[in-house]
This record gives sequence, structure tokens and C-alpha cells, in this order.
Amino acid sequence: MIKAKQLVHEYIRRDEEGNVESVTTALDHVDLNVKPGEFIAILGHNGSGKSTLAKHINALLVASEGTLLVNGMDVSREENILPVRQSAGMVFQNPDNQIIASVVEEDVGFGPENTGVPTEEIWRRVEESLAAVGMLKYRHHSPNKLSGGQKQRVAIAGVVAMQPRCIVLDEPTAMLDPNGRREVIRTAHELNRASGVTILLITHYMEEVVDADRVLVMDQGKVVMQGTPREIFSQVGKLKEYRLDVPQVTILADLLRQSGLDIPRGVLRREELVEAVLRVAQVEDMQ
Amino acid sequence: MLRDITLGQYYPADSVIHKLDPRVKLFSTMIYIISLFCFRGVAALLIVTAFLAGVIRVSNVPFRYMVKGLRAILVLMLITAVFNLFLTPGEPLFTFGVFRLTAEGIRNAGLMLVRLTYLILGTSIMTLTTTPNQLTDGLEKALMPFSKIGIPVHAIAMMMSIALRFIPILIEETDKIMKAQMARGADFESGNLLRKVKSMIPLLVPLFVSAFRRADDLAMAMEARCYNGGAGRTKMKPLRYGKRDALAYVTVIVYLALILLCRRYLRWPM
Amino acid sequence: MTDKMLMILDKVNYVYSEDTAYQIQALKDVSFKIAEGQFIGIIGHTGSGKSTLIQHLNGLMKATTGSIYFHGQDIYDDDFDLRELRNRVGLVFQYPEHQLFETTIFDDVCFGPKNQGLKEEEAGLRAFEALRSVGLPEELYYQSPFDLSGGQKRRVAIAGVLAMKPEVLILDEPTAGLDPAGRDEILDLVARMHRERGITVILVSHSMEDIAKYVQRIIVMNHGEVMFDDTPSNVFAHYRELEAVGLAAPQVTYLMHELKSRGLSVNTEAITVEEARESLIGALTGIDSGRRDIR
Repeated sequence: MIKAKQLVHEYIRRDEEGNVESVTTALDHVDLNVKPGEFIAILGHNGSGKSTLAKHINALLVASEGTLLVNGMDVSREENILPVRQSAGMVFQNPDNQIIASVVEEDVGFGPENTGVPTEEIWRRVEESLAAVGMLKYRHHSPNKLSGGQKQRVAIAGVVAMQPRCIVLDEPTAMLDPNGRREVIRTAHELNRASGVTILLITHYMEEVVDADRVLVMDQGKVVMQGTPREIFSQVGKLKEYRLDVPQVTILADLLRQSGLDIPRGVLRREELVEAVLRVAQVEDMQ
Repeated sequence: MLRDITLGQYYPADSVIHKLDPRVKLFSTMIYIISLFCFRGVAALLIVTAFLAGVIRVSNVPFRYMVKGLRAILVLMLITAVFNLFLTPGEPLFTFGVFRLTAEGIRNAGLMLVRLTYLILGTSIMTLTTTPNQLTDGLEKALMPFSKIGIPVHAIAMMMSIALRFIPILIEETDKIMKAQMARGADFESGNLLRKVKSMIPLLVPLFVSAFRRADDLAMAMEARCYNGGAGRTKMKPLRYGKRDALAYVTVIVYLALILLCRRYLRWPM
Repeated sequence: MTDKMLMILDKVNYVYSEDTAYQIQALKDVSFKIAEGQFIGIIGHTGSGKSTLIQHLNGLMKATTGSIYFHGQDIYDDDFDLRELRNRVGLVFQYPEHQLFETTIFDDVCFGPKNQGLKEEEAGLRAFEALRSVGLPEELYYQSPFDLSGGQKRRVAIAGVLAMKPEVLILDEPTAGLDPAGRDEILDLVARMHRERGITVILVSHSMEDIAKYVQRIIVMNHGEVMFDDTPSNVFAHYRELEAVGLAAPQVTYLMHELKSRGLSVNTEAITVEEARESLIGALTGIDSGRRDIR
């Protein structure tokens, strides 16, 4: 679905005469291979390069070096830009700054309108996508009256209506409250399960990546860790080094293990820790 | 106060007026405004009132919602009325000092109040029943002939609809910035004009920075959704005239004809 | 707790758009007292009235009915200077972007003190002090605040209010949008201010884990009313009620309650990872193994 080879992106700042003032390497030889239908979470602190990567996948930025194929299309070629954007949709952080229309359904129709979809087909898609994110009953509402989580779901519907193979969510929950965050993450999972859309979720909330198929950790423009959530979260110390943190239960499990208790590594969920603790207690009882 | 401005605020409801083609509504509003300024006589006033009341009724927008828009310009209306009241020449009824109250003055002031009120009510029906997008769609289509002479009609329409969407957001943001600066002791009220202008800087700089940031974000979000200018675009809600629209055109033209007839034959008492 | 009351709220009500169809009661009979030097957390979901509440505390919003006393004085008295109240009750809003406007960080932080009527040097001194206390590197002082990272902007915004030397510091979701490390840095900074300067701090947050870790007292807002007002462990003991109104307790609280219900004698009052660890190790290494009945 997405294949990046040695992708490099440099932000070059120039002074007034056009001389190079500074070069910031936002992506440093990134390799990435995403299979269709995968749910991938990308973690990294602010400025680690994860948003830059997302913008490349949507052909919003041009790489300094390396190649990137989205759905088999080379994003650096001019004629591929629109097809790439259509097959890899993108949801941004600020819900207000990506809703264009003043009525929910008109906003969802904006993408299909741009790609020249016939009118009846637009209506069908708008209805389907709003239903898919559970916002159909708000179709005639003004986006200004919706909560943050609802606005983000509208933004997701707007992308879904373009029938992409893959959706990149660039910190979609950073400006939301806990309820809004849950709504958005649940919606992303439902889309992934129901229609097999590949999802790339960029976030720095650890609780949100627990259910991903694969987690990538980025730091200074490089992919520094990669694996299942369990593999990633079993390395508490390393995550802290990358300015990330770990769900409370994982930290607690780690602390207990360090205190000599027989608790497995990479505990992700509360139920797992409950079972692990009770097992230890039973063993202690028998002795 | 800022929140009370209903102009540009869509009120979702299901009504015949909501479903009319925006071009019809634009045209009708224009005719209505013309009628407001050329009607003469009580009979015509009754027709205008009946027309307005009828449209408000059919639009299913609560009347108090529209009145909110009036409140914002109440001061302006009162000033206009007062000017008309005292500055209309004619036979004085009373005089106190320089002020002369004339029968014509009372009539003019009354008429002015009615005109302004009806003007605001009438135009807000259009904005309340038409989404900004429909409105700009209507304008775009109505003005399309001008694109042949090189006027970027599509781009202008898009800019208008985005501006309409962001006005409430920016108003809210202005409120937040004012509060944040007031929490740091900023004073937006007292002082002379120069001080007042200077005190706006802490408000305007963050507002502009934020507006530019939003513009940047929005441009990227639009590009990400394959926006590529007007070429090759289809419409989710293409404008097509229906029976309803034809009927509306006829109604409006009959209405104007009635007003004009009254102006000619039933001018009493004006 | 009656020795030094900084602030008393007595039946504060606030109604938006009174007498219209859109009338919303944002605050409903809110009464509580704030003692000097407390570290208080306010939680509540979006629209629960917490933002409205904090804007009442520094006089930016005026209660429809009810009274607020600051050091025993009614702030709605005609001779009470509301601007003076804003100097003494510092409020840092959620987005630093809403207040940064000067060409340099230093000038921006001077804005508050200058509005207080302080002379140039005095204001500068305050700004230096404030910037140092938020831990911003000195080489940044004369740069534009707009080039800073999110976390640094927030520090500057906090410094901008600290420079006014308030007795109370109110922070509205100071960590929204920051990454985990940035979040911890800001909260540690606030906790240090409270510890070292004895300043009264009111922290509004969505994160129960953060609140649990730092504050001494939690006020839970729901539909404009005070739902709970107690110590963190007492408030989180009501985790079921909290859930019913769209909030939650910290993860460890759930864990401890679950373990307890499965027969392990653990301290259900534990609300931080540290407390949970202590209690679990105690329970598992047999300190009170006699009371165990595992199902």
C-alpha cells in the first residue's frame, strides 16, 4: 500500500538573499512498508518528523531524496498527485481548520465534488460516509455547533467519501477531550475493520495505539522502534528516552517486575495486569 | 454583542423557502429591497407587511431568531429615526429651541423605522434559509457570464463561502484573545482614541497570526481533498430550477407589480 | 481550614443569554472556599462549566446571582477594583497563541507588569524573574515568541502571568496538545511554583492521571454544579458516578478496585502508580496475607 525507500526531507531556511541559513532534516532516510488493511500507529514527540511523513504520503510535500510509492504510484510525479491524494486521505489536527463548508453534508461532499464524481453518486457517498462515522443525523447541522470529537468525525467522513484505500490521521485527537478522543479512535478502528481501509494513526497518546497492528516510533526524523504494541511497550526505558510515555498499567507492571515479582513484560491492558497479579498472589499463597 | 449578529448565520429547517434555488432568493431579495424603497401608501405597506409575514411564516425560522439581528443595529435605527424626526422641514407641530417637530418628520421617522426593520428582517430571511455555500453557489452561477471576461468568479465565490464559515470562529477567537489579554491587565475601554488604538495591538496581532495559521491549514486541507480550482468539479447540490422556483418568480413579480400599482393609483395618504 | 480563606464563592449562578430561548445555566449554586496555598484541580467534561467558573474567579465574568469574596471583600462591591483582582488572580488560558503578540519574548512578558503601572526597569526585572522561574533558556529571551515550540510558548504564557506576581495562579488545560515529556515538564513546573513559592494553584485538566499526581483537592464540575469537592482519593472512590457523567478515575484506581473485588486486599485509595506499587508489593509479599481469599 505504502512503500517508502530512504525517504529524506529537509526544511531549508533561507535569508533574504536566498542563502541557506539552516537546514533541518525532518525525515532522515525513512523506510516504510505498509500492507493493505493494516492499522499502523506512529508515535513520536513533537518535532520528531511524524507529521512530515504524513504529508509526504498525501503528496503535500516533495521529498529531498528517496522514493515513496502510494498504492503503486510514485508521489513525486506530477500526474500522480491527484490520484495519490484521492487514494490516501488525510485528517489533520485542528478540526476547525479542515472543515470547509458551513453544513456538515456539504463539507463531506467537498472531496467528491473536486474529483468530479457525478451528483447522485456524491449523495450516496455522503450518506454512506456519514453513516460510517455515526454522524448521519447531524447532516444538516453547522459544524460550529458540534463538539470537537464530532467535528473530527465529520472530517473523517469527508475523507471516506473520496473512497480512499488508506487514511492518514495526523494527531487527530491532540485538541480533543477524553470523550472526543475515544470517539475518533473508535471510528478509525471501525473503518479499518468494516471496510479494510489501511489506517496510519499519528499520535502521542499511548492509550490510543494499544489496539494497533503495528507501532512505529519516530525520533529525529528516523524510525527508531518498530513492532507490535506489546513489543514496543515492553521497553519502557527506551520509550522514555524518546520523550514518550507508557500507559499507567504498563508502568506499574514494569515497576512490580523490577521489584522482583513475576509479572510478564509488555502488559498493555488492565485485565492482563489483574490476572498477572492474581497469579502471583496464588503462587505466594501456596508457598 | 458580537454573537447576536445573525447575518450569515444559517438556521437549519425544512421549509419551502429553504428549498428554493438561491438565485430565486437573491433575485427576490433584490426585488423586495426595491419595493421597500418605492412603495407609497398604506395599501402598499399592508401588502409589503403581508408578504414579509407570509415569507417568515413559511420559512419556519422562529421570529425571535430574526429579531436578534435587529438588536445589533438598534442604535443605528434610533439615530436615523431621531434625525428624521427633528430635521425634516415642514409645518412645525411643536418647537423647543432649535428642535422642530413636524408632521412630516414623524411620518418620515416612522417610515424609516419600518423600512430599516423590514430591510433587516427580509435580508436575514435570505441568509437564515440559505447556507453560505448555496448563496455563493447562486452568486457564482448568476455571475458566471463574467468569467468570460477574465473575472475569477469561482475563486471569488469560494473565498466568500470560506469567509462566511470562518466569521463566527474568528469572532469567538477575538473574544478569547480579549479575555486572555484582560487577564494580563489589558484595558480595551478607557483612554483617548490614540490609547484605544494602541490597546488593540495585543488583540490584533494574535488574531492575525491565528487567522494566517488557519488559512495555511485550510489551504493544505483543501489540497489534501483534491481541490484544484474550479476546473472539472461537479456539484453535490447543482442548481436546477424546479416548479417551485418558477412559482416563486411569478409570486415575486406579481408582488412587485402590486406595489407599483399602488404607487400609481393608491398613494393615500402619502 | 478557616484560618486563611483566600476566596469564598457563595451560591454563584451564571446564566447565558438570560430570558431567551437559548438560556443556558452555566453555573448553578456553586459554593466553595479556597484556602491560601492550596493546590486544587478542577475536572469536568467539555461544557460542564469549568471554564466559566475560572473566569468568575478573576472577575472576567460576572455572576448573575451570588457573591464571591476575595480576602473577605465582596468583589461585586462598587468600590472593589476588578482590575486589581485580575492582578492578584492570574489566569493562563489554554492556548498561548491567544496572548503572545510582542516582537520579543521579553517584551511580551513585560506586558502584564506594565499594565499594572510598573516602571520600565521594574517590569523588566519582573519579566526576567518570571522567565527564569519557568526555565526558559536565556538565549531565547530576545527572540520572537512565534518561533517557539508548543511547550516553550506555554512557558512564556505562564511567565507572562507570573510576572504580575499573582497570589493565585489558574491554569486552563496547560498541557493540551503537548507531547508526554512536554506535558510532564509543564506540570512539574507548576508543582514547583506551588511548593517553592506557596502560591495557590488551580489546575483545570482533562487528565485524571495528571490531576491525581499533583493536586491536594479536586472539584468535579457537572452541568454547572459542583458534583464532588474532596481529596483526590475520596473523589476517585466515586469512580462509578464519575463514569456516569463522562469522566473517569485514573487507571490504577480501577485496577485496585478490581483486585480488591477479586479478593486481594489492596489499598483502593491508591491513585498514583507509586501508591499502587507500594500497596501491591505489600499485599503480594505477604505483609497482610492472612486476609486473602482469592477467587
